[in-house]
Amino acid sequence: MEQIIFYIFAIIIIVMALASVTSRMILRAVIYLLLSLLAISAIYFMLEYNFLGAVQLAVYAGGIIILFIFAVFLVHQIDGKLEVPSIGRKIFMAALSAVGLAITLTTIYSHDFKVVEATKAFDVKDIGRGLLGTGEGGFILPFEVISVLLLAAMIGAIIIAKGQKIEVKK
Amino acid sequence: MIENVSIYELLTLTTILFFIGLYGFLTRKNLITMLMAIELLLNTSVINFVVINKYLYPDVLQGVYFSIFIIAVAAAETALAISIIINLYRLKTSVDLSETETMKY
Repeated sequence: MEQIIFYIFAIIIIVMALASVTSRMILRAVIYLLLSLLAISAIYFMLEYNFLGAVQLAVYAGGIIILFIFAVFLVHQIDGKLEVPSIGRKIFMAALSAVGLAITLTTIYSHDFKVVEATKAFDVKDIGRGLLGTGEGGFILPFEVISVLLLAAMIGAIIIAKGQKIEVKK
Repeated sequence: MIENVSIYELLTLTTILFFIGLYGFLTRKNLITMLMAIELLLNTSVINFVVINKYLYPDVLQGVYFSIFIIAVAAAETALAISIIINLYRLKTSVDLSETETMKY
């Protein structure tokens, strides 16, 4: 049963990702990306990392996709179709990706992964203790660094997007 | 772990997704759609961290912490990149890759 559900979600992820990178309508491409990210969060829920699934839903589906939609609106690209890359370029890049895919898959399938059965279950409390832990294996320093990074990115985004007065080039 | 689903199937899924994102990044000409392809790439790495954590080291949570950090960096990167794109649009009235070559020389 879980196998069937996994395959359904895998097909949704791949088809939506393909539609997202090939669609000519930019707003549709954003919505296809949203559906792909939602299906990815379903994979997290199936792996029993509920917190990560919730983070994926909130940050990606709730935050980043909205940012993309705002960006599409702000640069007036809703109507009109995207430029199609030349067929030769498309084929060349698809072949390049296919070669990379083949090499990576051969490497994965020739490697023997030693799968281990889980002996204990985790909940959100353990994630919080680990992220804020100061002892061995604690992640307090990267956690604080990432908070400073987010603040810097936020201020930088405001300053850059505000811009200075620029006369539009004719 | 997911019942009857091996780590190979999950890694195959993420590999296919990664190269779809790479294909999109290489063929797209519009800056916003290129950024969407980068999001796909980053998300694939997050799934890889989670899957390897769950299947090979299920008694620790390091993969989950790294995934959270990657998601935070991806959010910061997207916000900055979109603000740069909006500023560029003001400057050039275009978000096409071929129009943005001022920094090249």
